[in-house]
Amino acid sequence: MSVQTSAIDISHLLERYPSHEGQEALMGLLQDIQEELGYLPVGALETVSSHLNIPLSHIYGVISFYSQFSLTPRGKNIIKMCMGTACHIRGGQMVLEEIRSYLGLDGKDTTDDRLFSLEVVRCLGTCFLAPVMMIGNKYYGKLTTAKVRKILKNYQD
Amino acid sequence: MHEDLQRINDTKDLQDLRERLKRERDKDKVRIRICMTGCRAHGAEEVMKAFEEEVEKRKLGVEIVATGCHGFCAQAPVLVVDPYGIFYGSVSPDDVPEIISETVEKGKPVERLLYTDPASGKTIRNARDVPFYKNQKKIVLRNCGEIDPTSILQYIERDGYAALAKALNEMDPEAVIGEIASSGLRGRGGAGFPTGRKWSFARAASGDPKYMVCNADEGDPGAFMDRAVLEGDPHTAIEGMTIAAYAIGASEGYVYVRAEYPIAVEHLKKALQDAQALGLLGENILGSGFSFRIKIKKGSGAFVCGEETALIASLEGRRGMPRPRPPFPVQSGVWGKPTCINNVETLANVAPIILNGGKWYSGIGTEKSKGTKVFALAGKVNNTGLVEVPMGITLKEVVFAVGGGIPDQRAFKAVLTGGPSGGCIPEDLLDLPVDYESLAKVGAIMGSGGMIVADDRTCMVDLSRFFMDFIQDESCGKCVPCRIGTKRMLEILIDVCNGRGTVEDLQVLEDLAYSIKDSALCGLGQTAPNPVLTTLKYFKDEYLAHIEQGTCPAKVCKALIQYRIIPDKCTGCGACLKVCPTAAITGEKKEVHDIAQEKCIKCGMCYSTCRFEAIEVV
Repeated sequence: MSVQTSAIDISHLLERYPSHEGQEALMGLLQDIQEELGYLPVGALETVSSHLNIPLSHIYGVISFYSQFSLTPRGKNIIKMCMGTACHIRGGQMVLEEIRSYLGLDGKDTTDDRLFSLEVVRCLGTCFLAPVMMIGNKYYGKLTTAKVRKILKNYQD
Repeated sequence: MHEDLQRINDTKDLQDLRERLKRERDKDKVRIRICMTGCRAHGAEEVMKAFEEEVEKRKLGVEIVATGCHGFCAQAPVLVVDPYGIFYGSVSPDDVPEIISETVEKGKPVERLLYTDPASGKTIRNARDVPFYKNQKKIVLRNCGEIDPTSILQYIERDGYAALAKALNEMDPEAVIGEIASSGLRGRGGAGFPTGRKWSFARAASGDPKYMVCNADEGDPGAFMDRAVLEGDPHTAIEGMTIAAYAIGASEGYVYVRAEYPIAVEHLKKALQDAQALGLLGENILGSGFSFRIKIKKGSGAFVCGEETALIASLEGRRGMPRPRPPFPVQSGVWGKPTCINNVETLANVAPIILNGGKWYSGIGTEKSKGTKVFALAGKVNNTGLVEVPMGITLKEVVFAVGGGIPDQRAFKAVLTGGPSGGCIPEDLLDLPVDYESLAKVGAIMGSGGMIVADDRTCMVDLSRFFMDFIQDESCGKCVPCRIGTKRMLEILIDVCNGRGTVEDLQVLEDLAYSIKDSALCGLGQTAPNPVLTTLKYFKDEYLAHIEQGTCPAKVCKALIQYRIIPDKCTGCGACLKVCPTAAITGEKKEVHDIAQEKCIKCGMCYSTCRFEAIEVV
């Protein structure tokens, strides 16, 4: 159903993945949608389902397996806090807890004002900056609890 | 970089092109090579921009090259000024005018930006004399930091695609496999399976088409070797893949790469387009009649997808869950067809082996582990970065000679290889040679190349808990030993970290570890207990300190530590009081402050804020 009823137009993304590619095209298409919209709205998934002829249940299975896919809208600034080994032994856990408590996340990953979303990632591959996080495409390295507060405050102002 | 690329029809065309490129290279021209991959995180883009503006302003004939990783990440952003070979670290845009006036225009070094050898206190002018580089041997990383990774012509100039031309023209597929087998090359993804043997199985398997897959799903936290190769020299992976495809008879290829590596994906895409445009990939490569196509597939954040059967499931657009083997992927892989999967670093070794011969390669390394290994050195070590060392070098040499030892005069405690699948190796085993067998003998593994150094402030129980937490997160949930067994192990580790563990728990932990090793479905589960087993073996006293004395010797485990103010050092400045999120700190201005332990959540804010070292952890 719902190529018509879906409010979100993803036809230009569908063009990159011809229907006959089916399942092989699924991950790439989901990645492109998420990159453009920031998350995967159900309407778009219904379109994907009929375009690639894959049951919605299979698509849901794939989305829920991979940590990068999100079914809910994300915040304006995406914080990727690295929790790789180097960051861990250089005190990343304390920084992470500080981010959570400062932003009042309390189990959620997006702030109520949708200014921030927090993602815990396993290694950004910049271990020389440990502990490190990214906000958008910008790296912030050698973090301490005090430093991370200041950085977040700057984004709020 | 935009280059005018015309299709190369045969080997002679390629050779002519290479000779012309070499001839046209002005060896005296000043060339500034700036790392534009990892160093971007430290402001390399701003430095590059400053160079471009200054060169433009002064109308200088200088070539500025945005390269891949130079390896010495601790000194980021780094650059080298050729033809002098002068190495500069921690460069800021403000340093650029001076570098131009002194080095570019006069050929003189800017003393303050040179690397200072901590041992002698003297500055070192040339990159090759810096101890960090001196003990390395570069085969895989031969072009990283030397060329612009977005320029296929610079790759060709440095003998790129010569190995492919040689294989297609002068060797039949069996001869290619024979050369790789005689080199002794083993899989660099971690398990160390002989590459030549894998290729001969794939060649012998029946099925059409066959697939050649490059595994670039580098998920091991603390490892960034494959990222560096794909970012800094993507063509070497493509050339290795194409040679492999020719050897096994594959016509289709995939690179399965982590989506967390946007620069690697970007450079790889460009490299594939350019190789295609030149006829080094695609139909009838170099007029040989051999055709091979490569597609990029991005992973989506699942560690288990590094396991080859899980990777195949993910390539096919399914949940990335492993399946029992046999059948092995070489018999039944992508879409049920024979599939050969090699890691990026393995493939980066292929072209040099074909060019120089298996005998040359087998002359490097130890009896059973040939060639070099790239390690991502990180953690509590001075020279964090990417290093390529010959197999057989001792861990001590890697950590101290190349890595420059431990920062802040702290004591070395352990080195971890193989990430969450590996082990913690203590100080008395530091003379161990780096090779597959020696590392396995002490309970660790070679792994893909993450090497993390721990000092006396790293708690080994907490570290084991960290890895088990990681495994729990990343376990796909298909088999019971991994899904539930590692959960039980994690619970025990959490208890020990919180001071609630018992000595009996340690026996349960060990029993669980061996059961999981024996019964888990895939490599992720089978190796998951390694960090626990090695820490139990080499650092049992730390477990016992948590259990029996209720203390964390490294002062890491929160439940067992307290933050206290040292009255003699406290100036009463109020800085800690202001940042404390729970108002646990009290005290008048200019008077000694106090921390109310019942309110303290041990966030460490006061500790990292205090400028007088007046807060201690006990």
